[in-house]
Amino acid sequence: MAARAGGALPRGPLRLALPRGALFSEALDVLDRIGIDTTELRGDSRSLVFEAGDLVIVTMRPSDVPTYVEAGAADLGITGKDVLIEQSDRVVYELLDLRFGSCRMVVAGRAGDDRALAEARRLGAVRVATKYPRIATRHFEETGRSAEVIEVKGSVELAPLAGLADVIVDLVDTGRTLRENGLEVLEEITQCTARLIANRVSHKLRAEDIDPLVERLREATR
Amino acid sequence: MTHPIPPGARDILPEEMRELRALQRKLADVFERYGYGEVATPTVEYDEVLSLGDLRGAPVAHRFFDESGELVALRADMTVPIARLVADRYGDQEPPFRLFYNARAFRAVRPQRGQAREFFQAGIELVGVPGPDGTAEVVEVLASALDAAGLGRAVIGMGHAALYRDLLREVGVSDDAAARVLDRLAAHDLVGLEEEVNGLGLGEGERRMLTTVPSLRGGPEVLERARELGEPVQRATERLGATYEAVTRRGVADRVQIDLGLLRDLGYYTGTIVEVYDPALGHILGGGGRYDELMGRFGRPLPAVGFALYLERLHIAQAEEERLAREGEAP
Repeated sequence: MAARAGGALPRGPLRLALPRGALFSEALDVLDRIGIDTTELRGDSRSLVFEAGDLVIVTMRPSDVPTYVEAGAADLGITGKDVLIEQSDRVVYELLDLRFGSCRMVVAGRAGDDRALAEARRLGAVRVATKYPRIATRHFEETGRSAEVIEVKGSVELAPLAGLADVIVDLVDTGRTLRENGLEVLEEITQCTARLIANRVSHKLRAEDIDPLVERLREATR
Repeated sequence: MTHPIPPGARDILPEEMRELRALQRKLADVFERYGYGEVATPTVEYDEVLSLGDLRGAPVAHRFFDESGELVALRADMTVPIARLVADRYGDQEPPFRLFYNARAFRAVRPQRGQAREFFQAGIELVGVPGPDGTAEVVEVLASALDAAGLGRAVIGMGHAALYRDLLREVGVSDDAAARVLDRLAAHDLVGLEEEVNGLGLGEGERRMLTTVPSLRGGPEVLERARELGEPVQRATERLGATYEAVTRRGVADRVQIDLGLLRDLGYYTGTIVEVYDPALGHILGGGGRYDELMGRFGRPLPAVGFALYLERLHIAQAEEERLAREGEAP
């Protein structure tokens, strides 16, 4: 009788949401390491959906990954911790730190201009340009400063140069983009790496498929 | 020209309403067959009374002043109003009380997230029967309700609200540190949980125990595996094991997935908790559990247990299951 719940569980391939962009090629490397053929994904195909090994892989913007996973349109997903913190109200399981794509979330301002934050304190509110309005808001709240958070979609580095904002909150890898634009890190907020996430229902109903995959990925990224 | 309605609110047109009503009747038939009687409570209640539920409970989102200047609120679930009803209306009667409802509840929504501000719930409350017998009865009614709705593949996840907290106490973790670990578990953040546990300075055995337990979910073998993890886990899973035995005696254990990592976000749960999943839908269909301390807040300390199903989600899952069956995809 115990087979009823087990026997009726959904079959077929797990759907994995992969982020196009900075994390994409390292995510593919990790999949290669656990024996999943990603050749097709590495081509210049415009397709968004791929079959790879016993997975169906759907590709999208990193910030869309939690959306698809929360809704169950994908069982699993890989995305940056930065995306997960920014969208912390999304109900998804965070299963594994994949340890690649390491970046820092920082407050940055014009190099040599350490008055930016002090000046802003005197004026009452720091003007902060960012693609991560919730992370920025929380950081300035938690450090007891009032901030006017301005959400921008494109190159955040422009904001302090053009006078839109005093500082920026952004994800920094090597820091080269900051340097080339005459900006420097003023404060570090947190470290971010790529994470494996799962849909809440899939995590329960597909435990037998998901757990071994998690273990393989844990081994491959240790 | 169109006239806006608030985000998360919606109109229901005849075709859907007919199907929702049919589903409500099927569920009501099941509840009545098990001896539950239908109740209705006011849509609008005093905020002060609803707040007795729990500050961490289903948050009331709509408050306003009535004509006398009293602060009133729209209920966020039916469990709290029914706790009030039982305490006040049945004050002089002997338990148990078996009640069910088909009612609307109201919650806050975040924009563009497909969340419902107003939704139908169908559920039962069994007041005055302690666990594990009371819990097993409610799980049996839930299994029958899912069958009646045509959701033969739906699974009832079953855990215990205090299991992980007990386990942390068993291995001597301080309350402050335990709160941080539980906070990660409640957020479904197993990576953060592992980081917190690694920072507790425990021995390898205890560290492994605390990082393994939240992922243990499945059939009765889960309780076996849990017991192998050591005495603290054995003690923390004793009550859940007893409930599972009671559920087995009622013949519905095959619908149940034991889940040692389950936590529900409603603050009033004290014992066994349940969640309902169907493979056709990525969201939970409903949930519930024991709330043995809630009635006491209304002056009538009685053990209680219940569940609520989200009717609209049940309806979507039902339609999806029917589609899959037509296409012959369902196993």
